Amino acid sequence: MKLTLADLKRGERGIIKDFSEENIPLKLLEMGCLPGNEVQMLQMAPFRDPMYLNINGSHLAIRKEIALLIEIDLIS
Amino acid sequence: MAKQINVALIGNPNTGKTSVFNQLTGLNQKVGNYPGITVEKKEGICKLPRGLKAHILDLPGTYSLNASSLDENVVIELLLNKSDKDYPDVAVVVSDVENLKRNLLLFTQIKDLGIPTILVINMADRMERKGISLDVDLLEERLKTKVTLVSARKNTGIDELKEAIINYRHISDEPCVNASIIAPEYFDRLRKAFPNQSLYKLWLVITQDVNFGNINRNEISSSELFETKSHTELKKLQHKETILRYQFINGVLKETMKVDASSAKDLRSRLDRVLTHKVWGYAIFFGILLLIFQAIYSWSSYPMDLIDETFAFLSEWIKTTLPAGAFTNLIAEGIIPGLGGIVIFIPQIAFLFFFISILEETGYMSRVVFLMDRIMRKFGLSGKSVVPLVSGTACAIPAVMATRNIESWKERLITILVVPFTTCSARLPVYLIIIALVIPDRAVWGFNLQGLTLMLLYLLGFGVAIGSAWILNLILNIKNRSHFVIEMPNYKLPMGKNIAINVVEKTKSFVFGAGKIILAISIILWVLASYGPGDNFNNASEIVSEQYDEQSNITEDELDEEIASFKLKNSYIGIMGRGIEPVVAPLGYDWKIGIAIISSFAAREVFVGTLATIYSVGSDEEETIKNRMAAEINPILGGPLFTFASGVSLLLFYAFAMQCMSTLAIVKKETNTWKWPVLQLVVMTLFAYFVALAAFQLLK
Repeated sequence: MKLTLADLKRGERGIIKDFSEENIPLKLLEMGCLPGNEVQMLQMAPFRDPMYLNINGSHLAIRKEIALLIEIDLIS
Repeated sequence: MAKQINVALIGNPNTGKTSVFNQLTGLNQKVGNYPGITVEKKEGICKLPRGLKAHILDLPGTYSLNASSLDENVVIELLLNKSDKDYPDVAVVVSDVENLKRNLLLFTQIKDLGIPTILVINMADRMERKGISLDVDLLEERLKTKVTLVSARKNTGIDELKEAIINYRHISDEPCVNASIIAPEYFDRLRKAFPNQSLYKLWLVITQDVNFGNINRNEISSSELFETKSHTELKKLQHKETILRYQFINGVLKETMKVDASSAKDLRSRLDRVLTHKVWGYAIFFGILLLIFQAIYSWSSYPMDLIDETFAFLSEWIKTTLPAGAFTNLIAEGIIPGLGGIVIFIPQIAFLFFFISILEETGYMSRVVFLMDRIMRKFGLSGKSVVPLVSGTACAIPAVMATRNIESWKERLITILVVPFTTCSARLPVYLIIIALVIPDRAVWGFNLQGLTLMLLYLLGFGVAIGSAWILNLILNIKNRSHFVIEMPNYKLPMGKNIAINVVEKTKSFVFGAGKIILAISIILWVLASYGPGDNFNNASEIVSEQYDEQSNITEDELDEEIASFKLKNSYIGIMGRGIEPVVAPLGYDWKIGIAIISSFAAREVFVGTLATIYSVGSDEEETIKNRMAAEINPILGGPLFTFASGVSLLLFYAFAMQCMSTLAIVKKETNTWKWPVLQLVVMTLFAYFVALAAFQLLK
């Protein structure tokens, strides 16, 4: 199964691999959510939604439904 | 005299752009609106060395030139329209040293428009603490611009920035990134079709859905020289453009910026662990709300009492000093109580904005959005609805405007529709005076009962707002696609200057905006209460004297009071009031409250002023509004008019009824149809009526 942003546990890091472009808001790309960039899970609200992430140095919160669209490689 | 230099301040949200603006202009600023839209326009004059001046325009915060909201449209419209009088001679892009990479995206876009652009790196005082070092000279070379390190907080670097603004002509207007390589053929055709236009401008005109001054969108798309790309293709190209820009930025920063993570002390993650915690986060948020409402209640009661008494005294003083007559009465009974009804709001509004701006300045508000999003979504709202709902406690108008950053139309519309249920500051004086009349001033378990009642009313407002959101979420059939993205800014100590300016601005706009309506209505009411038709009004003293002829034990004063109240009853307003009394009597009100309710459909805050005006007509005693109200007698049931039952009924009516023309107007503007404001007016007011009716009938 593909690993997505939504699978990260608190404190874990990953590298953004790919995402389906049409469904990702442009704003997220502008904030640095681009393939090749590093992402770390910082906090999760109850029910793991929304998620508070550090993407490429930007601190952002996004909903789980968007996180599910972003494929990553886990950094161990 | 030299011409003023036009400067546009541009930057991402949370970069301290407003702090830089405040440092440049001081109190020498004014806040208005862009013509035709409700986006706030902040501008100011900055004194530069050598007798020069700059006109500084603080544009709304934006992450890029790809507009997704009204606020962001303003930025692009200005930057693409050379004939606009505010078109900048020089753009100042404010960035935050910790988020430089992301901030530079916007910088490169503006640079590509061919506008001389200064890069301000703000919060430079944090560099050492975060282990960041910058090669400024190399950065200037790579970005082809002037870079200034500024700390708005420590007030350093501002003089350098002013110097850079003076020398703006020496800044290169060459672009950093050649965006046309994302689709060479397409851009080639564009260049041939419009040889006189800047290519990047054309690209923005094609991709942005905004109005442009001098370039016609249709002209471009109807041109036969090339076919317009489809929406998805354009979006793909925008993605490509963003990636291209980041490649450039990453390259530049690799050479010029070093971050030594080991020396960074991370307060943020420690604070976040507590403030966004699954249990503590919510407990702290609730605690903060409790603290704010207790503070507003206990702190503002002193200045409010003082204001109330001062105006009562002033009224009396005018009456005894000026020669008696209609003019004196107009001032003493119409204008002064009316003005008092405005001034009495100032303490609470100031305190409320004080707290709200602290929550925003510190970065805490974003944590609240994060914590609340999932819960709010259950009710069809967004985490971002928390900000409008909280600012709704100040005033529904800025709250409705604050919904603009909610990405989903359905979530945004529901937020707009339910925001007027939150307890705005205009309800506060009504609540305060009625609570003071019907709730005992006692402490239970250390909490003041009156303060608790007030908090309960705030919670009730939120509760009904959220409940109706839930219903609307079920009823409204709108396709919903959420693009929720929110930045979590770093924690900062709030800056006193920013908070002070914000409090002063908001209070001023209330006093002069709502104040005019209140004053006008007060004067109209005074006229209606002081004149009446027919014999009953004109011969009031004879009629009343005859009635009391046989009872010789009535004193002169009592007789005067009887005459005054008889006159009021037969004045124009008395006749109108008695006309609606049957409608409001089941709620426990008399005709005077009925009049106050009618006049508060213009604006709620008129209620206290109206009662003040009605009760002062004919009254000689120097008395506060509260005392006059406490002495009123219920015309049908006898006994005091303001009992626990009628008080609760009034509180509930004011909690739910839609009584604010300005809110209706802003909702119409933001939703672009009368459908939603009319729905609000009808549904909320009917709901208020029946709840108040039930409360009075059950409690009496």
